[in-house]
Amino acid sequence: MTKLKEEMIVPEGWGFVDTVDRRDFLKLTGSGLLVIFALTPPDGVLRPVWNPAGIQRPSPDFNAFVHIGADGRVTMLVGKIEMGQGVMTSLPQLAAEELGVPLASVDVVLGDTELCPFDMGTFGSLSVRTLGPVLRAAAAEARAVLVQMASEKLGVAPADLEVKDGIVMSKSDRSKRVSYGELTAGKRIERRLDGKAALEAVANFKIVGTSPLRRDAIDKVTGRAKYSGDIVPPGALHARIVRAPAHGADMMTVDTKAAEAVPGVRVVRDGEIVAVLHQHRDEADKALKLVKATFGSPPSMLDDQSIFAHLQASAPEGRAVAQDGSVENGEKAATQIVEQKYLKGYVAHAPMETHSAVASVAADGKVTVWGSTQTPFPLQTQVARALKLPTEKVRIITPFVGGGFGGKSASQQAIEAARLAVAAGAPVRVVWDRTEEFFFDTFDPAAVITIRAGIDAAKKIVSWNYEVIGAGERGSQQFYDVANHRTVVRGGWNANQNGMHPFGIGPWRAPGANANTFAREVHIDLLAQKAGMDPVAFRQFNLTKNARMLRVLQAAAEKFGWQAGVAPSKRGFGVALGDDAGTYVASIAHVKVDPSSGAVQVLRVVCAQDMGVVVNPAGAMQQLEGCITMGLGYTLAEEVRFKNGVVLDKNFPTYHLPRFSWVPKIEGVLLNSPDLPAQGGGEPAIVTMGAAVANAVYDAVGARVVQLPLTPERVKAAMV
Amino acid sequence: MRSISVTVNGTPRQLTVDEDRRLLWVLRDDLGLTGTKFGCGVSSCGACTVIVDGKAVHACVTAMKAVDGKHVTTIEGLANGDRLAPVQQGFVDHLGFQCGYCTPGMIMGGTALLMSNPKPTRDEIAKGMEGHLCRCGAHVRIIDAIEAASHAPASGGAK
Repeated sequence: MTKLKEEMIVPEGWGFVDTVDRRDFLKLTGSGLLVIFALTPPDGVLRPVWNPAGIQRPSPDFNAFVHIGADGRVTMLVGKIEMGQGVMTSLPQLAAEELGVPLASVDVVLGDTELCPFDMGTFGSLSVRTLGPVLRAAAAEARAVLVQMASEKLGVAPADLEVKDGIVMSKSDRSKRVSYGELTAGKRIERRLDGKAALEAVANFKIVGTSPLRRDAIDKVTGRAKYSGDIVPPGALHARIVRAPAHGADMMTVDTKAAEAVPGVRVVRDGEIVAVLHQHRDEADKALKLVKATFGSPPSMLDDQSIFAHLQASAPEGRAVAQDGSVENGEKAATQIVEQKYLKGYVAHAPMETHSAVASVAADGKVTVWGSTQTPFPLQTQVARALKLPTEKVRIITPFVGGGFGGKSASQQAIEAARLAVAAGAPVRVVWDRTEEFFFDTFDPAAVITIRAGIDAAKKIVSWNYEVIGAGERGSQQFYDVANHRTVVRGGWNANQNGMHPFGIGPWRAPGANANTFAREVHIDLLAQKAGMDPVAFRQFNLTKNARMLRVLQAAAEKFGWQAGVAPSKRGFGVALGDDAGTYVASIAHVKVDPSSGAVQVLRVVCAQDMGVVVNPAGAMQQLEGCITMGLGYTLAEEVRFKNGVVLDKNFPTYHLPRFSWVPKIEGVLLNSPDLPAQGGGEPAIVTMGAAVANAVYDAVGARVVQLPLTPERVKAAMV
Repeated sequence: MRSISVTVNGTPRQLTVDEDRRLLWVLRDDLGLTGTKFGCGVSSCGACTVIVDGKAVHACVTAMKAVDGKHVTTIEGLANGDRLAPVQQGFVDHLGFQCGYCTPGMIMGGTALLMSNPKPTRDEIAKGMEGHLCRCGAHVRIIDAIEAASHAPASGGAK
């Protein structure tokens, strides 16, 4: 603990919160039943998945709350955030199911560091997968306690009681009944969860597995939904910060006189930050243009072409993440060996809501920040450090987040707003413009993947030698029946090792898995081609030990109406498989390629997914469709252009996101898997898009493109 | 500074503003109508779409002088009390949103589209909405939503 404090430089009040006592939500939860979870925390709830700031969780904390008030209303307090993925709807479904209460009686509070238990952040398709079981357990525990209390009150054995709509009643005598609200009224009961309460059997689910109306629907279609940029404390000023033109270019001189002369403008400095403030955003924009600043030369001379050689030269030593048998022996057994290098550029998150935050300082010095962030609790520590305040003097509130995709795991804008609010003595709004968003984005890293693999005379894959530079481990491990294989990872999205990257990198929807799945599944097609086999049949032939994967492949092939053929068949069909976030996915794409331009139009995508128990089928399908549509971007067009530290793509006119005309017919299939707990749904379907489309392009016109995105120029160049 | 007469969501307003200021920021910062969103600032994402005299415009590049004497409808002005306009109802019924940030602009764009073409084909909807970006990938459902609204009995809402 002492060491931690020294490292963190947060001497006082570094939130070693042991019980609920110090938290203001006592007001909220005054009486009633409160269930506190204190089991070994699952990954992604308390253990960092991505943690560049070195945030540690503060001590033996709690990580799930279910509170039942005297009015019978259930309040869930959850440190996750809602960025469109639907947890505001799906997590209450889980709690309502286990508690035996109507869904409408469950309220949920998300992403507020003052009210909710600690959470590392919302990423990795973990909310339902790892927090879901915790919430189910907490709710089941609450139900067990309430049934026990009812048993004492009614004089009926617990086994003879049942719960319906928040009322405990005798199975044999319905007049013997008592509501949850009556049981908890006027008492304060705290229970530390031991995880022994029985969970509801999947077969009995009534709420889980249905698709109630999303809770954010009405607010989002009426404009009432508040995002961070929509929160306006009285007297708030917009801040526009003077920015360097290139990464690593330091400010040498700055002249703000002309800006200061504009009525209503204030210039505020805090350390390296120079900002122009005005009540109106457009007037702050105008004043910013009057600031004259000079900057030093950027240190990086890399560009989007030279980056690949640089990555190979600068990547750290390899780390074997999977290995079995001997690749050398495998190659001896091979009759045909295929070696290929695959490339992928940097990809931006480009959420429609740019990074936004509003900070306000109260008279007692307490700082409240409303921020668009995927990581409110780590951000709380970062803001406290920046302001040299104890953690409890900072409160992060997360309104609706307008898209994250991993990019709002970093929340520099909120720290800027907090620093400027303190410096200005007024509430400050920082809403990045699109150019700032592209410049400070923590991109999906560029990657170089080399695969050397062989098949034997029987057309079985007998060796697999895989090296990935830049993308990282996720999705790198192959799942085919290969006795001799080796997978080596050199650097990843979670840290900019050896200065590999000339700007920020970080998690991007299914981090690493898009690059890895592209390379692997294109390579599998190359092997199928050598074998002279149909790509689906070749996969089935080499997947005999992987029943779950075979099942999704079969489901996708059936839905698509796949008929065997050896590529290039001129039909434009391509298949790819992936496993991500515990979910198995098979996608089949049908494309059309314009031979004169090389332009690719994706006509149809069938995607079959085995994600275990499906908590909210409509929400899961929305995520699947979103993955396929967003995946068109990195597959066909998205690639950040840069030179000498300057990000050349500054707005949408040059960086193309998928538009309506790109979107194919999408057919999703969610397999019924009641025996498997709920797995991730926000990311898996995106990982297969690159290879499914690339393989379809080859099938259509015989153009084997091994670099993402599949721009018309690259397709044209690869056409023989 | 000059006086601009503009009717916003049916209410006549007399605003004394710099005539070159952008409609987006006057709506958001001066009038508190935060449903209209900032996305790109250069008329290339559609997040700030509002309806001016029956036509969809990008508020981020629309100067105040251009709306003098005109009717502006924003997302806040579309529903009739608790009764959603058909396009809004379509977005609810077909889940035409995820994060919701592009949604107000999508709904305003879809509403304007139906005003000029009450029974569009799906291709016409896709073409008409091409200027709107959605990063979550709700496109297919947005087309479903607008198509459903085109079959709804009472269309309209924006003036």
